[in-house]
Amino acid sequence: MPAQQVKLYQIGTFAVGNRLLDAEQRTVQARMDRSNSLTSGHRACRGCGEALGARYVLDAAMRATGGQIVAANATGCLEVFSTPYPETSWQLPWLHSLFGNSPAVASGMAAALRAQGRRDVRVVGQAGDGGAVDIGLGCLSGMFERDDDVLFVCYDNEGYMNTGVQRSGATPPGARTATTRPLGAQPGNAFGQGKSLPLIAMAHEIPYVATATVADLHDLEAKVEHAMTLHGARYLHVLVPCPLGWGSASEDTVRVARLAKETGIFPVFEAEHGELTSVSRIRQRRPVEDYLILQSRFAHLFGEPRRDDIIARIQQQADRNIERFGLLDPRAQEA
Amino acid sequence: MDEPFAITLDVGSSRANKTGSWRTERPVYVDLLPPCSGACPAGEDVREWLYEAEDGAAGYERAWRRIMAANPFPATMGRVCYHPCESSCNRGQLDEAVGINSIERFLGDEALRQGWTVGVDVPATGRTVLVVGAGPCGLAAAYHLARSGHTVTIRDAGPMAGGMMRFGIPAYRLPRDVLDREVARIVALGVRLELDTKVDDLDAALRRDGFDAAFLAVGAQVGRRAHLPAGSAAHVLEAITMLHDVAEGERPLLGRRVAIYGGGNTAIDAARTARRLGAEEAVIIYRRTRERMPAHDSEVREAEDEGVLFRWLSTIKHVDGGVMRVEKMELDDTGFPQPTGEIEELAADSLILALGQDTDLSLLDAMGDVEVRDGAVEVDATMMTGRPGVFAGGDVVPGERSVTVGIGHGRRAAAYIDAWLAGLPDRSEEVRRTAPFERLNTWYFSEAPRSHRAQLEAARRESTFDEVTHGLAPDTALYEARRCMSCGSCFSCDNCYGVCPDNAVLKIGGPGHGYEIDLDYCKGCGLCAAECPAGAIEMVPEQY
Repeated sequence: MPAQQVKLYQIGTFAVGNRLLDAEQRTVQARMDRSNSLTSGHRACRGCGEALGARYVLDAAMRATGGQIVAANATGCLEVFSTPYPETSWQLPWLHSLFGNSPAVASGMAAALRAQGRRDVRVVGQAGDGGAVDIGLGCLSGMFERDDDVLFVCYDNEGYMNTGVQRSGATPPGARTATTRPLGAQPGNAFGQGKSLPLIAMAHEIPYVATATVADLHDLEAKVEHAMTLHGARYLHVLVPCPLGWGSASEDTVRVARLAKETGIFPVFEAEHGELTSVSRIRQRRPVEDYLILQSRFAHLFGEPRRDDIIARIQQQADRNIERFGLLDPRAQEA
Repeated sequence: MDEPFAITLDVGSSRANKTGSWRTERPVYVDLLPPCSGACPAGEDVREWLYEAEDGAAGYERAWRRIMAANPFPATMGRVCYHPCESSCNRGQLDEAVGINSIERFLGDEALRQGWTVGVDVPATGRTVLVVGAGPCGLAAAYHLARSGHTVTIRDAGPMAGGMMRFGIPAYRLPRDVLDREVARIVALGVRLELDTKVDDLDAALRRDGFDAAFLAVGAQVGRRAHLPAGSAAHVLEAITMLHDVAEGERPLLGRRVAIYGGGNTAIDAARTARRLGAEEAVIIYRRTRERMPAHDSEVREAEDEGVLFRWLSTIKHVDGGVMRVEKMELDDTGFPQPTGEIEELAADSLILALGQDTDLSLLDAMGDVEVRDGAVEVDATMMTGRPGVFAGGDVVPGERSVTVGIGHGRRAAAYIDAWLAGLPDRSEEVRRTAPFERLNTWYFSEAPRSHRAQLEAARRESTFDEVTHGLAPDTALYEARRCMSCGSCFSCDNCYGVCPDNAVLKIGGPGHGYEIDLDYCKGCGLCAAECPAGAIEMVPEQY
């Protein structure tokens, strides 16, 4: 009998919990006593990826620090839907900043805590891609460069969704927004624009940079937990699909995030002091079309005429990510 | 005003904002019929017992008891069932079907090793039931009737219980000690087993011994003989008789070259048995092609491995003195074989006919109210014949014939008899929706190719009646059980609880469905349903 030595746990660590695993191996989100840092009643759209991502990140950070977290939050969807005065959805000390200065506010909070000798309380800064990639980039770069003791989290939904889906520096090429109409020879957002904030963060050689999506909870929580063991400037970039701005179905939020990773469009990796230290490999490689077709912001690529040329360029970008970050399992490549 | 400077309102929680009012659809937990159970003729709750087995050693006994709720022969069926459960398993569309049959056998063997037994948990009813026939169907009915508190007597014409499980299935597929021990477990429930007791006249038997009800399960044990022109020197046997003789310890003389006529599982059993009795050549002659053969593919493959030969598209025209005249056939447009007129001669020392089996229902001759048509007993939806209180099942009623079907008939008939004895109305079985593959979110299941059972080396198979297929090792059985995708039923993975952006899935904890939807806050986004690996949540439109 060729004994099967592989330990199988039915769903392994792909799902949120798993009755066959020890409780410690399940996610924070599987716990009945999770902190629900962002509680019910918030006004985020149905299926909001950002609401999901923020709770994932903060609950993991709360657990890693025994609940000793304070947060600074840039203006943006996350702030607007969570805190229409006098209500708040936040179940942790939380400070609302301007759109562009949340990294500086977080730095100030960290400095104040240091001045008070409070080593136990940790600071998390939060912003969307508008607040981090565009408007807050100067403050954020300064926070990195000074190595301030802050975990800064960018919830990237690839546009200014709160104000009506305008293009941001993180909007992908080809995507339709209110300011990049699907018209002319190059419909949607232009190629060659945009920027990768994780790579910019890495260029600051800060202690820790990581990317994650709301589709892989174990990976996301492990990164938050690891970040909380470190001090100094740390940056986490979480891809959070936006059903409203992306034109995806509300139930497809996790699926779309999963496909962003499985197509190679969104590389999931970790870096320390400017060096890439690990990547989350693609498990079931898929063509970018599978990802694009679920989102009406790319609908013009599949209309009349179908823009196979643009789809091919997006595929090239994904292929470049796969090559650059080594996203395929070398054993799978041989097979 | 106790508020700080410039503050005019107290801070309130957003929980005051009942976002559930946005909802147009609500998630609902469902429990659908998994295809494995839907396909199981014995009516096993396959998914439920796999769920228990997934816990490993701690859950094996619970799993076995779940099987026993439907089928008293786990170790036997884990060997001889043609496992339609696996053919319909949704995992087959992902990689390979879960090896349900091999896990069942593992659990059945584990029960025999550990000596697990079942008892009668209800008070005696004082009602008596006669079961005619100690085959799989009769034994299964007796088992369920006994566990329902009835006093059961089984009568069988043969010297040992088991019917076709003993006299039709060769020992290399089902070792006799396994069967003996599973039968003994049924007898231990207080079932009275009267062997060598042929019921010639059911009507008389019922009247003489005053049974309250009867279940007729005598099977189909008469080998069908074709009108085959044969000379006086022809050595022609009938497969079911031959297998019966071998089961009783005889070794019929078959010669060096044996031909088997037929294309069913009995033909395969006869050919493989002939090889074990020393035949150098065993050739199965069948009038159609392999694809159209009723025998199960795994059986055919094992026979091929053992050197059994096949002649497709052939019919036997005449046999005498070691020579058979075989006519080649060809399939017409409808797939029916038509003669070509092309005749070949084939040498064979003996010919075994495996052309199907008929019933012997002479025991019903005196019962005018029980209708017999084309060799089968007519029964109603509750398996009752025209005579109130007399039920029939297994091979004597129309339909598919197999050990598993027989066991399923036994279980259902027992339930109908129980209801009839209690004077209750017909209990019709609820129709449940099946969980199709498309409902699952298979992303969440770990990559896990199937583990296969090892087989006895072909060289040893030719000379012995040792069991060909081995059982799974404990590690492998656990691995295989955990390949189950729990189609259509919650298995507590916490995905719904985790992926809700509104914390509107509450984790209640405890066994079974440990979750509840908080409709005050559920916006009806559908993420919980989309990310449920098992397809156990569905979105239902709100009614206004």
